[in-house]
Amino acid sequence: MGTHNINFSEQFEFTGKVKTLSIVGIILGVAAIAYGFFAGDKVMHERTFANLLLMAYYFACVCMSGTFFLAVQYVAQAGWSASILRVPQAMAKTLPIAAVILIVVISAGLYSHNLYHHWHADGLTVEGSPNYDAIIAGKSVFLNVPFFLGRQVVFLGIYSIFSILFVKYSYNEDLAGGLNSYRKSFKNACIFLVIYGFTTPVFAFDTIMSLEAHWFSTMFGWYNFAAMWVSSLATIAVIIILLRRAGYMQWVNNSHLHNLGQFIFGFSIFWTYVWFAQFLLIYYANMPEETVYFYKRFEYYKFWFFLNLAMNFLAPVLLLMDRDNKRTDVKLLFVSIVVLLGHWVDYYQMIMPGTVEAHNGFGIIEIGTALGFVGLFTFTVLTALSKKPLIAKNHPLLQESLHHQL
Amino acid sequence: MSDIKYILGSFGDPDEMMHGIEKLQENNISIYDVYTPMPIHGIEAKLGIKRSRIDIAAFCFGITGTCCAFALIYFCAVIDWRVNIGGKPSFALPDFVPIMFELTVLFCAFGMVLTYYASTHLFPGRAPRVMDLRATDDRFVIAVDAKDNAEHTVIDGLLKDAGALEVKYNERKYVSYE
Repeated sequence: MGTHNINFSEQFEFTGKVKTLSIVGIILGVAAIAYGFFAGDKVMHERTFANLLLMAYYFACVCMSGTFFLAVQYVAQAGWSASILRVPQAMAKTLPIAAVILIVVISAGLYSHNLYHHWHADGLTVEGSPNYDAIIAGKSVFLNVPFFLGRQVVFLGIYSIFSILFVKYSYNEDLAGGLNSYRKSFKNACIFLVIYGFTTPVFAFDTIMSLEAHWFSTMFGWYNFAAMWVSSLATIAVIIILLRRAGYMQWVNNSHLHNLGQFIFGFSIFWTYVWFAQFLLIYYANMPEETVYFYKRFEYYKFWFFLNLAMNFLAPVLLLMDRDNKRTDVKLLFVSIVVLLGHWVDYYQMIMPGTVEAHNGFGIIEIGTALGFVGLFTFTVLTALSKKPLIAKNHPLLQESLHHQL
Repeated sequence: MSDIKYILGSFGDPDEMMHGIEKLQENNISIYDVYTPMPIHGIEAKLGIKRSRIDIAAFCFGITGTCCAFALIYFCAVIDWRVNIGGKPSFALPDFVPIMFELTVLFCAFGMVLTYYASTHLFPGRAPRVMDLRATDDRFVIAVDAKDNAEHTVIDGLLKDAGALEVKYNERKYVSYE
């Protein structure tokens, strides 16, 4: 389509069915969590906490990878994405909310001994106590409550500050034009990427890997990074395709979808690569303290274990290999949703064996919590999106994006 | 019947050349090919060129690599010389995966390079096929088959109208065979 009839002040209106459905989702989520806490026994409480952690982590990761997407585009001085940046910006703008929720869930789980009880219990690190655990005691320099919570707050705080900065610069650019905002975004993106690269593995070690504190894997950080990055890309694709179908963002053409499809395809393979690298080394070395991780997953979670690979590797590889599939919005939408569900399964089999072990389940609590957070995500991100025009009209590379062709 | 095989319109500007393509197409003159020193967006669609099938070739090369790697490892580790590694079964599929992956990439990359060379006649030892040497430098060249399109003066006029700096009448297809 031509670029002469683009409405540069087009704004998303967050009303009607979408708004109602997202609120219904939140209510269902709150109901499911309440059911888990009030109707269940101790195992049920733990299961509810594990689900809360799963979805809060997923929520925060998708939002902070939205910021990562922005930073990557600025550092690469990418032109193709200039006209779709408002979507990841809306996700970045939601990050502070997601960060607060994640920190609340982690603290509540930690202090109520529902989460992280493998390293946080009375006497675990006190020599001579009946609970004494030499391995945990050796790790307690790093894994102790103040330092652990401090790291969470600092990491999520830093990510949130950069998110707010990127969004602010882009809004300033809308008003003032010129290159100043872009230069500032570029500089901050460079700083952010270095910080993000070094801290996300530690963030993943803390939040997820420390659920099973005896076990460790240095690949785990990148494994989680791949998961959060690809799920964030899939989220961006879903939002853009649905907006386009609702009549917004008509300047987004098949080539933009093609790029997003390539990203999802490529990083799904990257995810598999990291997943497999972690698996193969543990399988090959066959050391009991490492194989315990996969032993548990094979013993109680065999179905989820293979479903994870099928949804996150086979589905994107087979369905997105073809060029036309990446360029067709229905197919890309379908694969993106499969990948998003797949990473729920991925996080599920990362978290559950370390918390509820053999008492896992898939029922009201799982589905309800997931629906609740999806509703919350939809509500917060679309609210953020509706505040400003859908196109950053003074982005210096905007014309390149509007004429993007592959 | 003249010996002229190809009429080449040589343009100094890509936009004028695109305009020339439109002019020729409007007059139902079939274009043999277009040669440019740089890639031009949208030219494939305009000329109606079919999409490259190199992706299919890539897939075939890749899957050949996967099968070769699997066959090689299976023969070595399972049939010919079983070695007990940490008590694992000889046929331990996860161990096979890295080599299968690497050979897939290797076969795919080499195969695509060879396919590309073969299909573009750039194979070492072959004379390159060039219709106008300046198309490799600073000119944008439209080639029209002179035998299929009889009205040479009309073609000449259309090309010059569109801004061609020079119109050549070649009696040989490729000027690079010396």
